Amino acid sequence: MAEFTLPANSKVKIGNTHKAPDSAKRVRAFKIYRYDPDKGDNPRLDTFEIDLDECGPMVLDALIKIKNEVDTTVTFRRSCREGICGSCSMNIDGTNTLACLKPIDEVKGTVNVYPLPHMDVIKDLVPDLTMAYAQLTSIEPWLKSESPPPPDQERLQSIEDREKLDGMWECVLCFSCSTACPSYWWNSERYLGPAVLLQAYRWIADSRDEYTGERLDDLEDPFRLYRCHTIMNCTKTCPKGLNPAKAIAEIKKLLVMRQ
Amino acid sequence: MSENSMRTNLGRVRGLGSAKEGVHHWWMQRLTAIALVPLILWFVASLAGLAGAGHTETVEWLGSPLVAIAMILMVVATLYHAALGVQVVIEDYVHHEGLKFFWLIAVKFIFLIFGMAAVFSLLKLAL
Ligand code: SF4
Ligand code: FES
Repeated sequence: MAEFTLPANSKVKIGNTHKAPDSAKRVRAFKIYRYDPDKGDNPRLDTFEIDLDECGPMVLDALIKIKNEVDTTVTFRRSCREGICGSCSMNIDGTNTLACLKPIDEVKGTVNVYPLPHMDVIKDLVPDLTMAYAQLTSIEPWLKSESPPPPDQERLQSIEDREKLDGMWECVLCFSCSTACPSYWWNSERYLGPAVLLQAYRWIADSRDEYTGERLDDLEDPFRLYRCHTIMNCTKTCPKGLNPAKAIAEIKKLLVMRQ
Repeated sequence: MSENSMRTNLGRVRGLGSAKEGVHHWWMQRLTAIALVPLILWFVASLAGLAGAGHTETVEWLGSPLVAIAMILMVVATLYHAALGVQVVIEDYVHHEGLKFFWLIAVKFIFLIFGMAAVFSLLKLAL
């Protein structure tokens, strides 16, 4: 059955507080989820007071400042700091988003920072995405075709057909959407989740791909696809403004159309 | 699947493969929902019209052929829609394989029995 109580070791305790220097004028508190599975301790919420006059505008800037200047053990993923690599996804102020795209100013009061919900935590803000990546691999996110490419040029695609991929190629695979979805929380062993289904539709919708039917066959499953109950958290949370719910609806539509 | 299975992650995700099923369930859930819009409106309006009517009058109303047909359609569509819905709830929340298997079958029987009883009673009044 669904679990409604937290497993042992999940109760989040109050952690350490790091005060801002007295000279600081524009102080903002960041409460950051800390967990180190090697220690066996419960997770805790550490408070870091940051002088916003000495800090960049985004939540990621504050995290980097904290790691550089206050506590080097704070652990998180990041790379591009401009919303392209998808590494810095986390739950900020109750919403899954990319820390590098989230302005501190958009948060009122204390900035609460947690890892993506309902995933195993490797350390602090780093969730275990191994299974999500395996799910992505399972839909074979690459062009599949029997016809060889023309010998002297690339595979051609009309401008209209290329436009059908807009709103999908932009996905940075941050998994903010999947980890915001209650259906994914309850059934992530079998439900593919919005991020992976958006990718699946990206290849279904590609005019150059010749495996549309097989791709639909693989998705037609009460769990892989139909655990989507149109809750729409995915679309609401996507930091890139994409619409995974629509991609899922399109897959469902195609499955009806081919009957 | 056992936690310490040495299967690869991709192997675990692929599992037993796709069931190649689910479209029919999804489509029927939508069709019954659409069918229920006029049926329920008609039913509620009729109930309002019957306000204050006695037993004999109500039975007479239920016995007229058009009413009987509409009532049977409504009851069947409602129970079919409900059975599909409860199935989704079980698939969502019952994670014990044995219990899930049991409830998925039990729900089908329970709704079938409800449906049969309702249709039989309506026919008995009408015929
Ligand atoms: S659809 Fe949006 S939220 Fe989901 S993985 Fe792609 S970029 Fe992230
Ligand atoms: S650091 Fe690359 S998306 Fe945020």
